Amino acid sequence: MTKVSITVDGVLHESEVEPRTLLVHYLREQVGKVGTVVGCDTSSCGACTILLDGRSAKSCSVLAVQADGSSVTTIEGLAGDEWHPVQAAFKECHGLQCGYCTPGMVLSAVDLLSENPNPSEAEIREGLEGNLCRCTGYHNIVKSVALAAQTMKGGKK
Amino acid sequence: MIPSKFDYVRPKSVDEAVAALKAGGEDSKVIAGGQSMLPLLRLRLAAPSVLVDCARIDEMKGIKDNGDSVTIGAASTHWDVMNSDIVKTHVKLLADATATVADPQIRHRGTFGGALAHGDPAGDLPAVVLALDATLEIAGSKGRRQVAAKDFFLDYFTTAVGPDEILVSITIPKLGKGWGTCYEKFNRSANGWAVVGVAAAVKVDGGKITEARIALTNCAAIPVRASSVESALKGVAVSASEIEKASQSAADGTRATSDLAADKEYREHLMRVITARAVSCAAGV
Ligand SMILES: Cc1cc2nc3c(=O)[nH]c(=O)nc-3n(C[C@H](O)[C@H](O)[C@H](O)COP(=O)(O)OP(=O)(O)OC[C@H]3O[C@@H](n4cnc5c(N)ncnc54)[C@H](O)[C@@H]3O)c2cc1C
Ligand code: FES
Ligand code: FES
Repeated sequence: MTKVSITVDGVLHESEVEPRTLLVHYLREQVGKVGTVVGCDTSSCGACTILLDGRSAKSCSVLAVQADGSSVTTIEGLAGDEWHPVQAAFKECHGLQCGYCTPGMVLSAVDLLSENPNPSEAEIREGLEGNLCRCTGYHNIVKSVALAAQTMKGGKK
Repeated sequence: MIPSKFDYVRPKSVDEAVAALKAGGEDSKVIAGGQSMLPLLRLRLAAPSVLVDCARIDEMKGIKDNGDSVTIGAASTHWDVMNSDIVKTHVKLLADATATVADPQIRHRGTFGGALAHGDPAGDLPAVVLALDATLEIAGSKGRRQVAAKDFFLDYFTTAVGPDEILVSITIPKLGKGWGTCYEKFNRSANGWAVVGVAAAVKVDGGKITEARIALTNCAAIPVRASSVESALKGVAVSASEIEKASQSAADGTRATSDLAADKEYREHLMRVITARAVSCAAGV
């Protein structure tokens, strides 16, 4: 067992993990953040996306021991008293169907907008390249991100 | 799937990492970004006894301008590389090719050195270091050595990095005046992997190509230089039709295989077409 300290959604957790523990399993099973889901075994789908020290990463492709000392934001830590503008935009634009890809899509979109607050449609599609939607609802997902970009330009975060 | 059991160490220096690899025996392995390693661990295609995490070793991070060359720490992420002003200004080919690797999440974690040491024939960055005549620094228990890119890639997933060695940094000479570069990649839209990729650097003087360096991705077990196209381009006028003619020998000396994305014949066709596109783009046509 190896000791790790990881801040998850603003709370510091000191834990013991086996080195082979994937960050996603640590988040779900040890911290209880079941909003982060697993969709594949090949690092392809992006359903498990979280923010690791502020940048998007696939939590199935990081060992918990590699995240020692880091700070993680999951979908559960995104909203304050109100929905995060990206979450609100997904609701408004029907950016989800079954919802399985949604946590990852939302966090990838947050990462994209933090770096490029005013993306074109092509830039949104490229920014979400690492996320697959098995319901294939890409059109409304792209619309949601475009709407979120607009609302966030008003200075709201 | 859950990986099989292994031990994990996070050394602070290259020397400590080399010692840890040696102490771990033949099943010890370096992990950097883990973006190739984690899928292998999860599918249990790899079952190392010890993982030596090199992602936080200071000496292996950072990008330096040496005047006539640029040195990039092997543990620099794809993200660090493509957003570095030094790389964008002096090694634009690398910045452009890196931006086509995988997706944002993988670029945030995956490292330049990991992508080279992994030796995947479909990886984009091996062809770039081959085209730019880079030198790779490798550390082992017998000390450090410098290996030219042309001697670094040995076979499928096999490089000059030995079992108890670590790739520390990559030094890329700057191209002088008159050079243009381009990375052209033909891939299916469902994923970023190249069916065929071409890294081209072309020097133009007085409307003619005076020198060309071209390396191909996924056309053999290792990246290869298209030497016959390089010779054929010498003295050729900068025009689309002339470049297309000179690119007809792009498949010479390659050993393309057939896979789900393309059979051998189609892949060879792509080599000619994509080489012509990459050279035209590099020459500003
Ligand atoms: C879904 C997906 C899509 C991808 N698409 C592309 C693509 O389009 N183009 C492309 O080029 N790549 C692609 N990749 C591969 C990706 O670029 C590489 O996996 C990654 O960058 C490798 O670097 P890493 O630091 O993650 O290596 P790791 O996974 O940590 O290690 C990979 C291998 O290299 C060895 N290694 C790593 N660093 C060193 C070192 N410094 N010294 C010695 N040995 C070392 C490890 O022991 C291991 O064998 C993709 C990967 C995935 C999962
Ligand atoms: S679960 Fe599919 S990329 Fe992580
Ligand atoms: S909404 Fe069902 S997978 Fe995307």
